Amino acid sequence: MQQRNQINEINNPKEMKKMKYILTGFLILSCMITQAQTPKGSVLIKNATVITVTKGTLEETDVLIENGIIRKIGKNLTASNIETIDASGKYLMPGIIDAHSHVALDAVNEATAPITSEVRMADVVNPYDIGIYRALAGGVTISHAMHGSANAIGGQNVTLKHRYGSGNPEDLYMKEAPRTIKFALGENPTRVHGRGNGIQPRTRMGVEAIIRNGFNEAIQYKKTWTAYENALKQKGANPIPPKYDSRLQTLADILDGNIIIHCHSYRADEIYALINTCRDFGINNIVFSHVNEGFKVAPELAEFTMGASVFADWWAYKFEVYYSTAYNAAILMENGVITSINSDSGELIRHLYHEAGKAQRYGELDDEQTLALITINPAKQLGIADKVGSIEEGKQGDLVIFDEHPLSVYAIPQMTFVDGVKYFDINKDPDDMRLKVSASEAVEPIFLKEHEHRCMQDVDFFFTNFGRSLFNHSH
Amino acid sequence: MKNIKHILYAFILTVLPMAVNAQFDGEFIKPRTGKFLLQNATIITVTKGTIENGSVLIDNGKIIGVGKNLTAGDVEIIDCTGQFIYPGMLDGGSRLGLVEVNSIAETQDFAEIGQVTPNMRALVAINPSSVAIPVTRVSGVTTTLATPSGGLFPGTAALINLNGYTPDQMYAGFEGVVLNFPSSARRSTWDRRSDEDIKKEADAAQKTLNEIWGRAEIYYKLQQSNAELQYYPEMEQLAKVLSGELPLLVEVNAATDILSAIEWIKSKNVKAILMGVAEGWRVADKIAEAKLPVITGPMLSIPTRQSDRFDASYTNPGIMAKAGVKVVIRSNDAENTRNLPFNAGFAAAYGMGKEEALKAVTINAAEVFGIADKMGSIEVGKDATILVSTGDPFETKTQIRHVFIEGYRIPMSNRHIKLYQEFLERSPGLEKN
Repeated sequence: MQQRNQINEINNPKEMKKMKYILTGFLILSCMITQAQTPKGSVLIKNATVITVTKGTLEETDVLIENGIIRKIGKNLTASNIETIDASGKYLMPGIIDAHSHVALDAVNEATAPITSEVRMADVVNPYDIGIYRALAGGVTISHAMHGSANAIGGQNVTLKHRYGSGNPEDLYMKEAPRTIKFALGENPTRVHGRGNGIQPRTRMGVEAIIRNGFNEAIQYKKTWTAYENALKQKGANPIPPKYDSRLQTLADILDGNIIIHCHSYRADEIYALINTCRDFGINNIVFSHVNEGFKVAPELAEFTMGASVFADWWAYKFEVYYSTAYNAAILMENGVITSINSDSGELIRHLYHEAGKAQRYGELDDEQTLALITINPAKQLGIADKVGSIEEGKQGDLVIFDEHPLSVYAIPQMTFVDGVKYFDINKDPDDMRLKVSASEAVEPIFLKEHEHRCMQDVDFFFTNFGRSLFNHSH
Repeated sequence: MKNIKHILYAFILTVLPMAVNAQFDGEFIKPRTGKFLLQNATIITVTKGTIENGSVLIDNGKIIGVGKNLTAGDVEIIDCTGQFIYPGMLDGGSRLGLVEVNSIAETQDFAEIGQVTPNMRALVAINPSSVAIPVTRVSGVTTTLATPSGGLFPGTAALINLNGYTPDQMYAGFEGVVLNFPSSARRSTWDRRSDEDIKKEADAAQKTLNEIWGRAEIYYKLQQSNAELQYYPEMEQLAKVLSGELPLLVEVNAATDILSAIEWIKSKNVKAILMGVAEGWRVADKIAEAKLPVITGPMLSIPTRQSDRFDASYTNPGIMAKAGVKVVIRSNDAENTRNLPFNAGFAAAYGMGKEEALKAVTINAAEVFGIADKMGSIEVGKDATILVSTGDPFETKTQIRHVFIEGYRIPMSNRHIKLYQEFLERSPGLEKN
């Protein structure tokens, strides 16, 4: 009855007009929301030891960020009406970038076929993941949220900026980052498909063939579309369009140079094989990830790829990493390979500055080379080095303040900024930084065995042996 | 011109590899004992302060002199100018030597089948030839507690020195029976049990533990009265805990479980050491009050609860130490047991302080394991188990130059280093000519 009354009221022309205004206002507002910018901050950081990574280290220097962009680096900078932070005695470095992560993902592996290039990690971003905040507390401002390693060609990854606090997954996307895709070689795809499902690939030969066949199919696919488009140009023609296939279209986009491959890999033979495949198809945009035996093919990696993203010291958790060396990063760097250190773990992402530091223990890299491993080099590998990865005027205001030199084991991140907005402050943040709490968790879960290496998450069920998971580490 | 080329090649082939080798001790390939005088170092004794420009004299496995201006005849002199001497570091819990390649079940020797297998002795399965052992010891981690895991009583842990050709040569004088104390905690978000089921299962596990312990007590009583006993190796081993011959290493992590474990230990009147203790900071006073030592770690792990402060795992050992708990740090790793000093470094940075963190990997461990007469500090009469470094061994930038284990000078090489030497400048490089 009441409803009807309301309807009657709206039927009143005057009310109708009012309603129109309200509706219009609402529509404009919703347009603004969908086009809303993510927060951009302004801040002046004073008197820090500024480690630019690309342009040396500047003592007692100020950095001014306006509307999310580094406007000025210099001495005695002033600005009105913006927050000023005294960083005397502290170190300012670029926000740390993790080129291989699974933080903020609800799912990791679409392990149902050897090629699943159509799936997108952007569809499963969970902005509530406490892991994002923990990464910020370790100075990490950008992570490359990747598909898992179950498939020779996995899904499309998404580069995230750690704008923690929004419930909208899109607010985390680094929209200006180029597209990337996950590939995987060796034990994981052969175990899942060859031994798990009884289909190709069961060997490293099979993995190579799956990828090669995929690219050749994509070439055929492109040809059918080219033929169709040419036919359209004919006067009076009415050709039937080919069936759109997002799996093959994605592979075609790789061939066209529009997507960077990030390939899970360990052994030198499989790395070398994929380098050859890529060369055959004219693909240059490839980064090898993990790459434990990358040091054995360092000259090839330097010549033909966008580099290697490695672990600092992980080895021996599976057979294909038994012949590893913690000197991998140093050997790669000295051979001119663009090298980064990644986490692949919700634990390691919290202290990538420490992981990078290990390249000084193992190979005695200097400070600048070492910090490049977690800043400008991963930025290059993600295709975003013109925007982030160093402290330079015009770049995005992603920064972290440490109390001591970030390569000291005693260094503690103090504040972390993304786009000039402070998302971590060690002195001001409350202990509990969860954005939402599940009502069902009367007894809060306790993580005693961290399920931390997530490359093979969602496929654990393939690998149980007498009720015991074979994977303590499972990347 | 050709000559110059030859000279150049000769230079590349001889001088460059030497330059690489110079970073490591390429002089010898196997550990060797003898009489050594380490001179001109800063000595961090841990128990007796720091000695500037001092020397350490080693003979026949022991430290026989510590101080300034030491001299000795017929001795190998090692100049340590600008370098630092520390005691070798002890890891309070590791699988090193019990596993080679973790994903390959055939190489996993740390978890036997069964819930009650206290008689499974880690020392039996230690592989002295594990590739990870030389990888570990060049970091200055010289001694580890090889710890079995798995069921309720998974086995007996053994302290080993990382040098020797048989487990007995490696044995460092401590064994303890591991008890995985039953947990009433939800294990992770993957744990889909209802709250009631969790409680039910925890109660049942507690009951099982008490039943088994009751049996062990009966067995021990009968043993004491010289009764004729059937062969029962599991009870035989638990009886050693009851007699006080072996301590109980109680693995427990959730706060409520720690409190239960403390009560349980009190009621059983056994010598116990708490292990894991990830949530020790929540109940630090209670642990201190119970006077139970703690082996905790790794610090480099995620906080146990999503609601925890981001640094809960880093601050845990410091909070316990401040409450008066004797804290030992462990890596709880296998192949990367070499990260023990970095775990200690994080503990130091986040509240524990450098001095206390150093104790946690040296003298505290030696005391908790009952071997402080032999290890844990640089003192005359103790085993010559030491490291020589270019600086603070917790810092990643620091290089470890020499390691001695029970007076054996350890080759500063391993597979990781050999691969570095071979591949830093691969030959042939990109082109083979």
